[in-house]
Amino acid sequence: MSLKQTPSQTVGPYFAYGLTAEQYHYPQSQIASGAMASDETLGERIRIVGQVFDGQGERINDAMIELWQANAAGRFDHPNDARQSRPLDPNFKGFGRVGTGTTADNSFRFDTIKPGAVQDGRAPYISVILFMRGLPNHAYTRLYFSDEASLNAEDPALNKVDSARRDTLIATRHETSTGVEYRFDIHMQGPHETVFFNF
Amino acid sequence: MSTITKRDWASHAAYISPEYKSTLLRGVSQSLVDIDPELSELTGPAYGAEVLGPLDHDLTKNGQVNGEPQGERIVVTGRVLDENGNPVANTLVEVWQANAAGRYVHKADQHDAPLDPNFLGSGRCLTDANGCYRFYTIKPGAYPWGNHSNAWRPNHIHFSLFGPSIASRLVTQMYFPGDPLLALDPIYASVPAGARERMVADFSIDVTEEGFALGYIFDIVLRGVNATPMED
Ligand SMILES: [Fe+2]
Repeated sequence: MSLKQTPSQTVGPYFAYGLTAEQYHYPQSQIASGAMASDETLGERIRIVGQVFDGQGERINDAMIELWQANAAGRFDHPNDARQSRPLDPNFKGFGRVGTGTTADNSFRFDTIKPGAVQDGRAPYISVILFMRGLPNHAYTRLYFSDEASLNAEDPALNKVDSARRDTLIATRHETSTGVEYRFDIHMQGPHETVFFNF
Repeated sequence: MSTITKRDWASHAAYISPEYKSTLLRGVSQSLVDIDPELSELTGPAYGAEVLGPLDHDLTKNGQVNGEPQGERIVVTGRVLDENGNPVANTLVEVWQANAAGRYVHKADQHDAPLDPNFLGSGRCLTDANGCYRFYTIKPGAYPWGNHSNAWRPNHIHFSLFGPSIASRLVTQMYFPGDPLLALDPIYASVPAGARERMVADFSIDVTEEGFALGYIFDIVLRGVNATPMED
């Protein structure tokens, strides 16, 4: 390697009109939102809801969360996933982006589909990237699903995590009158600090 | 064989950098857990020309209502490369910044400096086949913040990039050469000496457009992602 990485810096408090403008009612457009699935998207409709908490348990109102996931067939919309046996879904890109500053309780919400397992017999999951004022480097975590307990038990990444902390990566499934909701709170510090990954 | 270069932690700030006070309660406190990259880390969202409007690369024009924005017009260009020096082609670069007076359009910005009715302060562009990007804007002003008494952020432009996968994702800030506030800024200084200087753009008379705009060069190096596409 000949070149050194450009250092990361915090997204700061004022990202909203640059990265999530429509959500925050600025005139500019944004490339992605929490509406990841359309009516035509294949797969089980799910809603992912959560809040981000600081080390004193206070809700964070200026975090930005990004999701990256496979489609219902377990295929990523990317040239590095060229597996024809798992079809692309023209109505699903797999990327979402939401800030926590537009809801009264600072919750984030993504309307998406449950991803298929990327390999047969493996646990499905969604990659999560977190940004906020006071976070110098974005943090990577993963969202696994509470209704996949037996597959989760075999997952190589989850098995790298101390068993007492694994629950921080499991979104809990609730059947509501408005559909399937998974609850995924993120704790930056404290006894329930979310596990963040390095890869 | 697919490989991703690791995050080079000698090039990045500690998650908890006490001089930058809001890291104390927001920075990751436990050790990161090392995992092996899978297809989810070798892939990521690919945005192209379909998300670009005709004025997205020109912040001096994309917010105009009734005239030119106030301030010093500049052109910012550079190459996005991986650690091996290979260009990162066709990747999206999103930027946002304060106006010439140091005021953000963001509703939460209460700094007592004027908004500019002709400046929004955000835009985006794509790198070309050689990894080059280029946008026009107004030089952002410094602004005060609450980290400590008489704290001022140096002039800076926020950058967000994707690169080839979620592993190459980068959000950073570009600074200007010779800014006396750099030596006093805990956000800039949270990055180790020897690395932080990579966030300072170079002034270039060659990039400067005669009679029009001062030119700055800001090259960006992302983590290297070398993947062989997964086939059936
Ligand atoms: Fe800023």
